[in-house]
Amino acid sequence: MSFPLLTATAVLPALGAIATAAVPAAQRVAAKWLALLVSLGTLALAAVTLVRFDPDGARYQLTESHAWIPDFGVRYQLGVDGIGVALVALTALLIPFVILAGWHDADPMETGSRRWRPTQGFFALILAVEAMVIISFEATDVFLFYIFFEAMLIPMYFLIGGFGDRAHEHGDEAAATQRSYAAVKFLLYNLVGGLIMLAAVIGLYVVAGSFSLQEIVHARADGSLHMATSTERWLFLGFFFAFAVKAPLWPLHTWLPNAMGEATAPVAVLITAVVDKVGTFAMLRFCLQLFPEASKWATPAILVLALISIVYGALLAVGQRDIKRLVAYASISHFGFIILGIFALTTQGQSGATLYMVNHGISTAALMLVAGFLISRRGSRLIADYGGVQKVAPVLAGTFLIGSLATLSLPGLAPFVSEFLVLVGTFTRYPVVGIIATFGIVLAALYTLVLYQRTMTGPVRAEVAEMPDLRVRELLVVAPLIALLIFLGVYPKPITDIVNPAVKQTMSDVQKTDPQPEVEAAK
Amino acid sequence: MENLIALLIAAPLLGAAVLLCGGRRLDAVGQWIGTVLAAASFVIAAVLFADMLGKSPEDRTFTQHLFSWIAVGDFRADVGFQLDQLSMTFVLLITGVGSLIHVYSIGYMEHDERRRRFFGYLNLFLAAMLLLVLADNYLLLYVGWEGVGLASYLLIGFWQHKPSAATAAKKAFLVNRVGDMGLSIAIMLMFTTFGTFAFGPLLGTEGHSGIAGDAGEGKLTAIALMLLLAACGKSAQVPLQSWLGDAMEGPTPVSALIHAATMVTAGVYLIVRSAAVFNAAPDAQLVVTVVGGVTLLFGAIVGCAKDDIKKALAGSTMSQIGYMVLAAGLGPIGYVFAIMHLVTHGFFKAGLFLGAGSVMHGMNDEVDMRKFGGLRKYMPVTFVTFGLGYLAIIGFPGLSGFFSKDKIIEAAFAKGGTEGWILGGVALLGAAITAYYMTRVMIMTFFGEKRWQPDAEGHEPHPHESPSSMTIPMIVLAFGSVFAGAFFSIGDRFVHWLEPVTGHSEGDSPVSALTVTAATMVLLVVGAGIAYLQYGRSSVPVTAPRGSLLTRAARRDLYQDDFNHVVLVRGGEHLTRSLVYVDHTLVDGVVNGTAASVGGLSGRLRKLQNGYARSYAVSMFGGAAILVAATLLMRAV
Repeated sequence: MSFPLLTATAVLPALGAIATAAVPAAQRVAAKWLALLVSLGTLALAAVTLVRFDPDGARYQLTESHAWIPDFGVRYQLGVDGIGVALVALTALLIPFVILAGWHDADPMETGSRRWRPTQGFFALILAVEAMVIISFEATDVFLFYIFFEAMLIPMYFLIGGFGDRAHEHGDEAAATQRSYAAVKFLLYNLVGGLIMLAAVIGLYVVAGSFSLQEIVHARADGSLHMATSTERWLFLGFFFAFAVKAPLWPLHTWLPNAMGEATAPVAVLITAVVDKVGTFAMLRFCLQLFPEASKWATPAILVLALISIVYGALLAVGQRDIKRLVAYASISHFGFIILGIFALTTQGQSGATLYMVNHGISTAALMLVAGFLISRRGSRLIADYGGVQKVAPVLAGTFLIGSLATLSLPGLAPFVSEFLVLVGTFTRYPVVGIIATFGIVLAALYTLVLYQRTMTGPVRAEVAEMPDLRVRELLVVAPLIALLIFLGVYPKPITDIVNPAVKQTMSDVQKTDPQPEVEAAK
Repeated sequence: MENLIALLIAAPLLGAAVLLCGGRRLDAVGQWIGTVLAAASFVIAAVLFADMLGKSPEDRTFTQHLFSWIAVGDFRADVGFQLDQLSMTFVLLITGVGSLIHVYSIGYMEHDERRRRFFGYLNLFLAAMLLLVLADNYLLLYVGWEGVGLASYLLIGFWQHKPSAATAAKKAFLVNRVGDMGLSIAIMLMFTTFGTFAFGPLLGTEGHSGIAGDAGEGKLTAIALMLLLAACGKSAQVPLQSWLGDAMEGPTPVSALIHAATMVTAGVYLIVRSAAVFNAAPDAQLVVTVVGGVTLLFGAIVGCAKDDIKKALAGSTMSQIGYMVLAAGLGPIGYVFAIMHLVTHGFFKAGLFLGAGSVMHGMNDEVDMRKFGGLRKYMPVTFVTFGLGYLAIIGFPGLSGFFSKDKIIEAAFAKGGTEGWILGGVALLGAAITAYYMTRVMIMTFFGEKRWQPDAEGHEPHPHESPSSMTIPMIVLAFGSVFAGAFFSIGDRFVHWLEPVTGHSEGDSPVSALTVTAATMVLLVVGAGIAYLQYGRSSVPVTAPRGSLLTRAARRDLYQDDFNHVVLVRGGEHLTRSLVYVDHTLVDGVVNGTAASVGGLSGRLRKLQNGYARSYAVSMFGGAAILVAATLLMRAV
């Protein structure tokens, strides 16, 4: 038996979380370093997984399978396809940056404050989230997936509710209230989604007699498992609802701005760049594979919702006065693109959507973390409290600009490739939808450049005059992310080569082929 | 030799990377690094040009394939370059004028503390612009297209501490993004129609034609119109013209290089490059000529009313690009002349802007021509070089503009039919207005009595000639303004050079070339004469008179910004504000309310604001924990 690489990639951060939590109270710096090392170790394991993965090999690779709850046929079953392995790599890649960026976010407050921040807890919770997200990307057993899909809410709840920005414009008391409101809202939305999914999971077991993704897919393909049309649709909706809450899709999005606004910037990145990706990933893996007919049936409605998300999220981003909420609404717009790409049911759309998940993770991390550095210097999230930062902190402003340009999908940076693939993949099948989605690129320029202009340019405001430029730790966070954005913008092949075969499989699951060009076809 | 193509781009790109990441230690030498790398690119271009001239006209397309960029299903985009006569023309113009403007900037930006960055941005611009004209497919062209947009954004807003500069930069980027939508959609249409958007298979290479003409005319018209939308954004054509005037907030060398000589002509490049598409879509071509004709007059009228020397020149730029777009819309009759005017315009307009910069340099950065006057005595070199540029742009016989503009007017008549008469008439009228507004600029700046006054801090301007780093580029460009047109036209050199790429036909003009030239000359004298009577014979008031209805409208750019403000800005603000309200109350409320009817969510949410949050959360977790525990237990049982 070979080394269980996939299990190890998830178990290492899980053990790291326990160890970090157990570090004695006085040794908080040691806890930070431990967490950072564990996350780097996980990154190394994820890198090995990526190298060991053969894009042209079997659909699911590095598989592991053990009996777990025999009575219900629940198995501990792991395996990654190209999409899964890319997202595991993204998760493992981002966590060290999240930890490094949040290095001081959980330090004990100055004397006199009644709150003591459990540094160990903060970093342990981040590692716990990492472990659960990774296993969600690896699980090929529906029940196993469900457990961790739900369980990751617990550490996320504490991360949102327990740790906020240092200074708050309405004082500590109000901040605590808003934080717990955001945390509970996050939890309730996702729990409701999860409960509906649980019903669908059980329903699926009743119909199919198995939780194994591959078994069910095979049985459906060879006709041994017949599902009534209405049954399939109901089950699809149950799954999709949960994923649409997590992604989030309009109109189920309202928890995200609260959560991202109140959480610290690294936690906001954890939400939008890592945890939410489980939702879109699961649409690709579970909705399309388990319920291909129902997916096609629901496509028109989903496309409309995705389109609304794109335009609505962007318009609301334009109207925000709070930097972090602005980024949250921008993310809603971007998730619209991802979902659009998935349900356009074309090769370009799905490969683009997967690439979008990776690129959005990196670009949002870059923008949000720099925004976090900015906010920690001034102690305000309000755009109106800034002005002229570029003059006093040019490196901070420069990196913020690059993050903004990535967010508006400037050609040459990674998000452009994925956004264009999604657009072209949508356009080939639904031209009108594709054209409307293209308006998103104008609105994205509007909200990012207005944000940049209001915070960074103009006369220097007195409150920011003494603002220090990026420190070495902060540069260590931002520089690699920017380098990646440029590299993947120029050379996205390493990811598309891994993702393409998996997308081809999914396309054949839903029995769809790409539309052919007119002129070629005529010849 | 073909492997040198990538080096053309690599040199300035390296410069941008080094200068922008290098930090303060490069502050002292930044301008030299930038200038040397720009010049290196020009030398490579010259070497390639010499090599190209040594080959027969049918054999002059060089290609270089670097790597496969995006490959997903049938969607394939490569990073590859195509250097033919059309791109070669641009490459020489970009690197040549670009290098001169680097040299000029050494003097112009001498006292700016952020000079290193300025040169970094200039190098970034060169790299992006070269990528735009060298790309061998539309998606890679798009990268250069937005790259120059980014460089333009950074350079317009270079003095970011000025709110007006930051606003102008953002406006330019946003308006261009509307055009970019057109380019995006055009590429998507090409992909769905042809399965490719690479120049080779689509537009054809020498010897065999592409598949561009095989699609239905409706599809081709759609593609062509989307490309035109893109061109309108980048080239400041009506209706996406409003950003160019504001772009003058950038340092003057930037206005010369980007917002006069090179980037703003990218739209003309796009149309001429896509000739195979436009030739098969006559309806779209008609729209192109209309856009060009309207912009030609729009820019000229605006140019007549501006007292800001740079904004007057910006109106002129818009108008001259209108000529090029009009010519490009004429099809094979006009392509060659569009590009020829583009090159000669590159010389004289860059020269005029550098002259304006030189004047500002000597006048404490004053831009109001009403506060100039009589400067010819103080700045002789600037006066002579600016004067030659002036004569070139109005089409004084024998100078560059005479040849290139005249050809466009002839070609417009040669389109034939009513359209030909209308377009030709518009082009002729434009020539008269050009003569008027340029004479006005010339007289207000260099002739008459001096009108300058001490500025707010009481400093009296001491007009003086600029240093030689600034005057030498102006002299070189003046040479181009004088001789380029004749050089291109003698023996139809330029036509023979470009014909293999763009094709060329003479058309069938209802009026003889001589008649056109004579009419142009008469209108030139009339336009310049009126300006002389208004500004040369009588003294120029220091504060602008109220002016006629048209003058007032033209001063406000024919109300373009007022229109945008009312329709887009105000409307947009109302829309976003109401959406923020809707999201907060309605969407959030409805979802919470639906959940409430199912599970009492909203009641619980309300409770939480009353302070029950913690207890409630704990109970939720209790539930979740029990769920997990139960599943784990089942394993044990």
